[in-house]
Amino acid sequence: MASQPRVRIPAQAKPGEIIEIKTLISHDMESGQRKDASGKTIPRKIINTFTAKFNDKVIFEATWHPAISANPYQSFFYKATESGEFTLVWKDDDGSEYVAKNKMTVG
Amino acid sequence: MHVVSSEYSRRDALRLAGFASLAVIVAAGRADATPDEVASAIAKLYGEKKFGSGKIKLDVPEIAENGLVVPINVEVESPMTDADYVKAVHVFAEGNPLPNVVSYKFTPACGKAFAATRMRLAQTQDIICIAEMSNGSLYMTKSQVKVTIGGCGG
Repeated sequence: MASQPRVRIPAQAKPGEIIEIKTLISHDMESGQRKDASGKTIPRKIINTFTAKFNDKVIFEATWHPAISANPYQSFFYKATESGEFTLVWKDDDGSEYVAKNKMTVG
Repeated sequence: MHVVSSEYSRRDALRLAGFASLAVIVAAGRADATPDEVASAIAKLYGEKKFGSGKIKLDVPEIAENGLVVPINVEVESPMTDADYVKAVHVFAEGNPLPNVVSYKFTPACGKAFAATRMRLAQTQDIICIAEMSNGSLYMTKSQVKVTIGGCGG
């Protein structure tokens, strides 16, 4: 089951600095390929999309397929230009969304 | 007469064995993505377009002891400006039950076209990575990962 995502974003950055954003979320990422003890296929249930926004503008997006490991990790970069807030959204196959918000000051 | 009939039964047995081994091959083919499936997944995205080489740095381990968690880092060479940036990156696996692994969409705001995650690999196989630039040009690279323990469960 998905729990609170863990996100590492520097709280402060210099203008023009390229920062790394690291994220991790607990999730089984059930691939839909495994079978249970009685031989029935366990239905697929993964986080299929990860979206990163800064001040409501999409900056990075990842579409995950069942080949992504359990407790998916994702890192990417962002060029800091202004202060604002990151909104990171993980979308589950079942429709639920897990959201993390992080503020960053540039200056 | 007796000889003939035994000849027939042997032929039947051989034929059956032939079908059985064929069935095994078909079943195995169905369980895993093939280079053809990866090619058709790529064709679905980009049709018959040509791919250049270079630009992409695909960082995967040469040997993965645990196929459940295989780190994959992708970096594409690009100035990442509004005029010239990496639009998308797609990763495919030839030996997994499904060909797709991950697709990324970058924007100039990223500053650097880099993304890292962890994937599952069912067996030793080639990983294929393609990058689409903002001007429409395409690049492709390939890297083999040897997997000691498969990562797709039952």
